[in-house]
Amino acid sequence: MSSVQYSIFSLLRNAVRDNRGWTPAWRKATPAPRYDVVIIGGGGHGLATAYYLARHYGMRNIAVVERGWLGNGNIGRNTTIIRSNYLLPGNLPFYEKSMMLWEGLEQDINFNAMVSQRGVLNLIHSDAQRNAYARRGNAMRLHGIDAELLDARAVREKLPFLDFDNARFPILGGLLQARGGTVRHDAVAWGYARAADRLGVDIIENCEVTGLRIEGGKISGVETTRGIIAAGKVGMACAGRSSQVAAMAGLRLPIESHVLQAFVSEGLKPFIDCVVTFGAGHFYVSQSDKGGLVFGGDIDGYNSYAQRGNLPLIEDVCEGAMALMPRIGRVRLLRQWGGIMDMSMDGSPIIDRTPVDGLYLNAGWCYGGFKATPASGLCFAHLIARDEPHPVGTAFRLDRFARGAVIDEKGMGAQPNLH
Amino acid sequence: MRLPCSCCGPRDSGEFVYRGDATLRRPPPDAPETHWADYVYLRDNPAGPHRELWYHQPCRSWLVITRDTRSHAILAAEAAEAVARAVQAGPEAR
Repeated sequence: MSSVQYSIFSLLRNAVRDNRGWTPAWRKATPAPRYDVVIIGGGGHGLATAYYLARHYGMRNIAVVERGWLGNGNIGRNTTIIRSNYLLPGNLPFYEKSMMLWEGLEQDINFNAMVSQRGVLNLIHSDAQRNAYARRGNAMRLHGIDAELLDARAVREKLPFLDFDNARFPILGGLLQARGGTVRHDAVAWGYARAADRLGVDIIENCEVTGLRIEGGKISGVETTRGIIAAGKVGMACAGRSSQVAAMAGLRLPIESHVLQAFVSEGLKPFIDCVVTFGAGHFYVSQSDKGGLVFGGDIDGYNSYAQRGNLPLIEDVCEGAMALMPRIGRVRLLRQWGGIMDMSMDGSPIIDRTPVDGLYLNAGWCYGGFKATPASGLCFAHLIARDEPHPVGTAFRLDRFARGAVIDEKGMGAQPNLH
Repeated sequence: MRLPCSCCGPRDSGEFVYRGDATLRRPPPDAPETHWADYVYLRDNPAGPHRELWYHQPCRSWLVITRDTRSHAILAAEAAEAVARAVQAGPEAR
């Protein structure tokens, strides 16, 4: 267990000692025979859940089991954007809670995650879109979230190089959430892992769950490649693999797994100081501290577990980029990767109990899971510890589909590849 | 990824529209609501061979393609019409 508190003094102390004093940020735990809670999935959401269980709900005997190594999944494969510019009542309080947790995260977990509230700007290209964004901005402000409707001149002052007078998609303004921004994503995994480890959580890597032990309708443990682990409660936070793990308990989920690609360009001098989204196509971009443009677009649109995408979508994303900012036409693409998204049937997540007593589900994050990491962990921890939903996560029920109470931000219906 | 159209041969995936799991069968109109909810919302979502519907826009043909979701390898392609007729003829006929 790492007891070192990171601070300017620990940095200086190690700097003058040639950086030889650093110890591993978390233990390589081996599985104990029994835990009160086992979290399946050592991604951002699973680690955050374990941390909040220990930090806020007083539980100590907790394990996180991870099939691969820590941070190899979507927590290290996203475009690092945080925001709470949602429209619907079920989503707004949850994502704003997440934003508030981001704002205090680094002090809370004693780890520099480079939380940068540089602003998220959604561009407007038509009068109808301005109305839609004005409505969204009003919904946000009614929930106490910051939102500002900018006119074309204000956007031009901020980002003068955009293609404002584009014949098809002129830029007429934008909706700005100034508190939105970016966070260094892999630091979120490491930071939560270290903070959980310091509270006694066992993080067990290279430990794949192969089965769930259920006796008389109640969970009693997990079968893994490193042996059977007994557990009082089990939480599933398996993102794109949720359907496979849930199937071990005989459950079918309202989820399809799709591939989403993300892209990084070569390093450039700083020229984009916020997150910008193109309103006439699906394209969003920010500039990392190293200078690379980090951007993405739509999912490829078909079921996939391959963690790699295809060229038509790359072409589509680059067309969006060119339509928005023609000046990057000669910038070279440095790398591109794909992750498995747990696309739910209404585009919104699920944090709920399952029909199996003591088995809990956290899934359906679509491609918006990163920004939700802290609140997802908090709500899932609350649900597991108290057996009732957290006040900001009451809408994310598994039975909402059968009840017709879907939370469909984009109004696309049960077509996961359109959310 | 290239998909084999039964009319046009192998074509770029960008020419196709994806319509998801091809094994779902619409319940009869008077089926209980739970059957309808299962049909509309629940999916097997396999990591492996997946039978799925694709629409080839240039020639307007619907296909049932069996594709491995782990590797994107195409394992089989059939005209959706032939599959539908086989299903109508009875579950054993397939």
